Amino acid sequence: MDLTLGLLTGILFGFLLQKGRVLRFEKQIGFLRLIDMTIIKFMLSAVLVGSAGIYMLVDLGMISLSIKGTVLGAQIIGGLIFGIGWAILGYCPGTAAGALGEGRYHAFWGLLGMLCGAALYAEAYPGMKDNLLKWGDLGKITLPEVFQVNHWVVICVFAALGIVFFIWCENRKL
Amino acid sequence: MKTDGGWNPYFAGILVGILAVVSVLVTTQLLGKGQFLGASTTFVRTAGLAEQKIAPEHVAQNEYYQAEKVKIDWQMMFVIGILFGSFGASLTDKSFKKEVVPPMWSERFGTNPWCRALGAFAGGVIALFGARMAGGCPSGHGLSGMMQLSVSGFIALGCFLVGGILVARLIYGGREYPWI
Repeated sequence: MDLTLGLLTGILFGFLLQKGRVLRFEKQIGFLRLIDMTIIKFMLSAVLVGSAGIYMLVDLGMISLSIKGTVLGAQIIGGLIFGIGWAILGYCPGTAAGALGEGRYHAFWGLLGMLCGAALYAEAYPGMKDNLLKWGDLGKITLPEVFQVNHWVVICVFAALGIVFFIWCENRKL
Repeated sequence: MKTDGGWNPYFAGILVGILAVVSVLVTTQLLGKGQFLGASTTFVRTAGLAEQKIAPEHVAQNEYYQAEKVKIDWQMMFVIGILFGSFGASLTDKSFKKEVVPPMWSERFGTNPWCRALGAFAGGVIALFGARMAGGCPSGHGLSGMMQLSVSGFIALGCFLVGGILVARLIYGGREYPWI
């Protein structure tokens, strides 16, 4: 059951990624060169709609959140390393799979590299888990908790900033 | 504005947001545990499954494989689904295109497919290592984390962008400053 649901959700997600044209190398690197904002428009739209939907269902008691802990050392250093690899490969893990699906065969080498990167990380993990991966461990925190406001305040401010950013992009034809 | 037959990115993004929410709701109802979208852990599990063929004891002893559990799960099928969904979508509007070197890459590094293969491979190694250190990729941290207003999602995505933008500008250059 969970495997079928995963496959179905993935097919729909892949379909939308392809239709949004965010799987292309030129869109990914175009964004990182700040000359094409397509992927951030796509992603931010999903996040804004998603945050309203998720918190509505949480308020109704129908789902619960699944928050990843904030660890400054791990997320800042790991995040920067990810960014370096992203700029060289031109895809992130999900989009690499999608890009292969629409015929970008070179994404295969990226996927193979990612498997090797994962294996490498599994070897490096024991040496990092008690130091680097614990630096700045702040626990599972959310923005509403940090600012001590209702989550809908954060969602509305986030949405307003997002819309201003979209208008800015459209005015500059980015 | 769009000439390639693709959908408006805002529209496609909104549908992804709805899909993410519906997925959490459906998995909570049917499986008892909400599944948020993510991709990078799948590479750990797949690497673990492959290593099990060669060195099963080594995988059994590795702390990281123990923590992430080497098995076929919802997320692995989700990542495989992305490939098929994208393939299907590209057939509907004839945008499927065989490509061994992307045009922007060949302007900078030439058209040798092995050069691109090496770059893609190296980039993949670095990207996934970083993603696992950060605890997620642009799906897990960027989409799912930010949707839940998790501080970790915003910090990780911010660092993905800083690292990516700096290196892309080093490699390709960029426009002067888009905000001027």
